[in-house]
Amino acid sequence: MYYIYIATGAALLLSFVVSREKTFQALRIAYRRLAKILPAFLVMLVLVSIVLFLVPESLISTYLGGNNRYVGVLIGAVLGSVVLMPGFIAYPLCGILLQKGVAYMVLSAFSTTLMMVGVLTYPVEKAYLGTKVTVIRNLISFAIALLVALATGLFFGEVF
Amino acid sequence: MKHGKTVMICGYCAFLLASFLLGFEPGVKIGRNFISFSIAMIEVLPCAFVLIGLFEVWVKKETVEKHLGTESGLRGYLWSVLLAGTTVGGLYVAFPVAYSLHRKGARLSVIFSYIAASAICRVPMTIFEASFLGVKFTVIRLVVSLPLVFVSSMLLGSFLEKKRYHLTEGK
Repeated sequence: MYYIYIATGAALLLSFVVSREKTFQALRIAYRRLAKILPAFLVMLVLVSIVLFLVPESLISTYLGGNNRYVGVLIGAVLGSVVLMPGFIAYPLCGILLQKGVAYMVLSAFSTTLMMVGVLTYPVEKAYLGTKVTVIRNLISFAIALLVALATGLFFGEVF
Repeated sequence: MKHGKTVMICGYCAFLLASFLLGFEPGVKIGRNFISFSIAMIEVLPCAFVLIGLFEVWVKKETVEKHLGTESGLRGYLWSVLLAGTTVGGLYVAFPVAYSLHRKGARLSVIFSYIAASAICRVPMTIFEASFLGVKFTVIRLVVSLPLVFVSSMLLGSFLEKKRYHLTEGK
């Protein structure tokens, strides 16, 4: 995590040494861009905080741990799409579920949609890509995640 | 729309404040979620945007066009994956970066492949995943998803190119 601060600091310093003027220009651009998208981020945070309350980790564990793994894949894909979770929470959760006997393909559907499909990032994505392309991109990503889950199931011998 | 957002956020704040004062458990939990996710954003966003700013002033348009533009061929996709591997945070950081790349002349298919790749092959996240779910799991995911990402990005990119589609910034 900290390498981003080091990298940013080093880049800024280097830039400052080469050209003060350009560095200030860069900071102005950074500020302007961030200020412009901040309202969308705020809406996203509000949505995230509410959805995470409605769908806590314990609920995810219960739903993914069901008996039927095909149903599990679908539930995993839907939950992964709707929920937003950083990797350092999501993967340990997947690790625990794996030990509880949840199928790889279910975890694959959940973790892949978690990363690729963003229902909650919609306010931010829409601002850059527009509504139509946001919807198309998410549908494509959802389909890819299902195919990945299927392939995972095949390779781990879980499908048949 | 703008007005609706303001009303919604004010209502949300009032609800949180009342919950904290009255000890309304769900409201307090939602408030905690909001704070912890805000912190995660604050940790990443300023750095990301400073780097975007530096990219905007220092990297020449011709350079981006050459490596990620219409003439770049397959090399553009390679770049998109390398760039995605070093992206921090997740999709929400990839979108402003994608916008910057678009302005500098990267072609749409490369941009879509960058966005998808930044969701599935960020290096720290991938290592983390492999340590919890096994290397086999991670390799299968990458080998299956990346080609699908390239193909779908090419199709979506060329479709939208014909429609003269452009990325925007905040609406």
